[in-house]
Parts: sequence; structure tokens; C-alpha cells
Amino acid sequence: MVRFENVGLRYGLGPEILRDLSFQIPAHSFQFLTGPSGAGKTSLLKLLFLSLRPTRGLVNLLGYDISLLGKEEIADLRKRIGIVLQDFRLLDHMTTYENVALPFRVMGRDESSYRKEVIDLLKWVGLGERMDALPPILSGGEKQRAAIARAVISRPQLLLADEPTGNVDPTLGRRLLRLFIELNRSGTAVIIATHDITLMDQYEARRLVLHQGRLHIYE
Amino acid sequence: MSSVDDRGLLVDLGEDRPQLPAQARIVSPIVPRASIAGRALVAVVAIMTFLASITTGGVLLVSEAAAEWQSEVASEITVQVRPKTGRDLERDIAQVTEAMRAQSGIVEVRPFTKDESSKLLEPWLGSGLSFEELPVPRVIIARVQPGTSFDLNALRNRVIQVAPTASVDDHRAWIERMRSMTGATLFAGFGILVLVIAATIISVSFATRGAMAANRPIVEVLHFVGAGDRYIANHFLRHFLQLGLEGGVIGGGMAMLGFGFSESIANWFSGTPVGDQFAALLGTFSLRPLGYIAIALQAVVIAAVTGWAARRTLFATLASID
Repeated sequence: MVRFENVGLRYGLGPEILRDLSFQIPAHSFQFLTGPSGAGKTSLLKLLFLSLRPTRGLVNLLGYDISLLGKEEIADLRKRIGIVLQDFRLLDHMTTYENVALPFRVMGRDESSYRKEVIDLLKWVGLGERMDALPPILSGGEKQRAAIARAVISRPQLLLADEPTGNVDPTLGRRLLRLFIELNRSGTAVIIATHDITLMDQYEARRLVLHQGRLHIYE
Repeated sequence: MSSVDDRGLLVDLGEDRPQLPAQARIVSPIVPRASIAGRALVAVVAIMTFLASITTGGVLLVSEAAAEWQSEVASEITVQVRPKTGRDLERDIAQVTEAMRAQSGIVEVRPFTKDESSKLLEPWLGSGLSFEELPVPRVIIARVQPGTSFDLNALRNRVIQVAPTASVDDHRAWIERMRSMTGATLFAGFGILVLVIAATIISVSFATRGAMAANRPIVEVLHFVGAGDRYIANHFLRHFLQLGLEGGVIGGGMAMLGFGFSESIANWFSGTPVGDQFAALLGTFSLRPLGYIAIALQAVVIAAVTGWAARRTLFATLASID
């Protein structure tokens, strides 16, 4: 599903942040991406989400060599990838329901075709009563769940989550982990970037450890 | 995703947070209109459309008036017979009049009498002067059949044969001057239109950049959920086109009202010396229906220019955001 070969990344003329990354992410797999702060976890997620292009090496994503893709093709490919960022990135002028329904709206689907699905998912993540609330009045945990719901609503083939439990208490963190596991069981490959050892200890999964720009894999 | 009934609640929030029936609906636009500096842009587009419309209307008025003068002057020939010692002026005038009447293409010949000639000079020399003592030339006006190719040289030869002191003027120099003046007015008007459109494009580009900067988080999120640049640009473009049309309608409408009002004012003043001077210069100051249609079309063109400029800036800005 994802294949990196000797990938390197640097910002401008600075030092290489990521060096000689070679790994594969199989379909339906679950892995944690970890490492100390500043190790390059977010940069690697951005590479996986096509927000950055590698300065060297080959990245093959969902069967496509990303160096050959144009902007519109990248946009199409992103429809098959879900991402949860640390700062949620919810749109403040839209209700929770509208935020979660956004991927379907962008796909041009009629609201009647996905309304039930969105409502069900919002209930499933415990936001059934906050559907009409605007993000500014949601708590950190609620925003986190809304962002996760938006990332998974279109059943992406690959889900990327950057510190998804960073803003919630341990109990809610465990609940969110269960959500990702459930999603993985339904067929989505999941990569969770975290430095929360407790979270990783709760679920036996492959660990990708970034250290000084290099990747070490623990199966 | 299967329904909540199939899976149950993944995140159990307990009894204190009951799951309420959903009333959710999509009502919010992707790009909130309030986030775009709409009023300022509408005002800019309205002012630009107004200026462009006034320019176009003014150019049309001048062109129409000039065309009217030209057609009037072009169908007229003036013969001047100067007095000369040893020649009978009245006889010369009679002979020239006869010669002109005999020329094909001339439909009317009117020699000015001595009194009429005196009246022509009154504004410059005052009344009460005896013109008998002055060598005042006499004028004969001829009207040419419109649309005929008139042989001016033949007439000139014939007139000079019967009265060597006569000169024939078909106002060609005047018409040429008029033509260059009309051309200059058209050129100036076109120049102003180009400047107005350029200013509109620059203003819209700035407004678009501002709107994109203010809405950068929205653009980024839309990219995250897989929206392409075209999709995002279209959502912004809709607002800009609407703002452009609003500005165009306001500016064009104000200009049309202005022309209508000026026409009414010209009508109120008609018959007064000021009104008559004005009418002599610019005709009745009334814009023809075609002029109003031109202004309406121009408003649409400026709205389209607004859309085009916004679209161009949108794609350029989107290319730099990811």
C-alpha cells in the first residue's frame, strides 16, 4: 500500500530531517510511529499525506509514484487517505455535522446519500448531541473526536493520526484507540504518530521508531 | 461505516449524555461570505463601473453629436462673393446663384440678402453700423443632395468663371478637424476604459489575495479532505462573481440614472440661452437606447473581469498553499 525507498527530506538548504527511509505499510495493517520530539514524525506523516515531496528517494502510495502526480491527481488520492492532525483543523463556521460531512460534500455527493452515515458515526464517537454545535464551543476531546470522525467518514484506505490522544485524558485516549482499532478491523491501514508509551502499550502493534532522522522498525 | 445499531457506541459517554435525535443539516457555505471583504470590493467595482459607464456614455454622446454636425456640414456648400471695385456685387451674386442651380446634385440655393449678411456680422461689429461703407462679402448657401457624389471642382470652375472674386467652401477642413477631434475623444475614452479595467483587475486581485489569506485555514482543510484547486477556486469564485455583478449593477445603474437625469435637466433648460448653447454643442444630451444597452453590457463585462481576475489570483494563490 505504501512503499518508501531511500527517502530523504530536507527543508530548504537545511540538514536532512529524514534520512534513507525504506519501509512498507501493508494494507489493513496497524502501526505506531514514535520517537522523541523533533525526530520527524510530523514530517513523515506529511510525506505520507502528500503535503511534502521528498528531496530524494521513491515514494509509492496506493500504487502511484507520487513524483509523477499532478495537483488534481494528488487531490483525488487524498480522498482515499484520512488524516487527524494535532490541532484538529475543524472549520469554525461549520457545525460538527457539517465538518464531519465535509469529505462527502467535496466528493459532490448528495446530502441525502450520506446524512444517516454521518449521524451514525457522530453517535458512534459520542457526539450525537453535539451535531449542531460549532467547534469553538466544543471541548478539546470533542474536537478531537470530530476530527477523527471527519478523517474516517469516507472509509479511507489509509488513516494517519498525529498525536490523536495528545489533547485528551487517558480514559478518552483509550476510547479513541479503540476507535482506531475498530477502524483497522474494518479494513483501513492505520498509522498513529505518538510519543505516548502508555497508549502504545495498550495495543500490540508494529512500531516505527524515528531517531535522528532514521527509521527503526519493531515488528 | 455500519450503523450505530450494528456496532453500538464506541465511545460510551454514560447516562448523563443521552443521544438526542439528530436535526443536523448542511446549511453553511464552504466559504463564508462574511470572510470576504465584500462591501469594499462591491464599492470599488461600482465606482469603476460608474466611471467606465460615464466615459462610454460621454464618448457616445460626443460621437453622435459630431456625426450629426458632420452630416449637416457635409451636405452644405458655402460660396463667398467678395466685393471688388469695378464689379457689380448684386449681379455677381445673381450669376453665381444661377450657376449653382444649374449644377446637378444641388437641391437648394439660398443667397443671403444684404440685411441677412449684416445680421451675421452684428455679434462682432454691433448694430447701427452702415454696411454700405464696408466691403462685406456676401454668402450663398447651397444644400447638396445627400448620398450623391458631388463634383466640387466643376462647381468651383463654373462659379469662378462668372464671378472671379468668389470662393467655394465645402467645409472639408472643418470636417477633417471634427473627425480628428472625435477620433481623439474616442481614443481618450478607450484609454480611460483600459485604465479603469486595469484598476479593477488590480483591486480585485488584492481583494482576492486578502480573502485567500483570511481563509487560508479553510483552504488547507479542503486540501486535507481531498478537494482539488478547481473545487476550492469555484467556491471562492462564486462570491467574487456575485460581488462583481452587484458592483456592476450599482455602478452601471447609477450611470444610467445620471444620464437620464442629465437629459431631464437639459430638457428643463431647453429654450434658455444656456440650454441652447449646450444643445448646439452636445445635441439634446440624450443617450440613445443603444447607449444604455452598451452601459448594461459594460457592467456585465466588468463583473466578468472581476471574476476572471479573482480566478487568476485564486489559482496562483492556491498553488502556493498546501
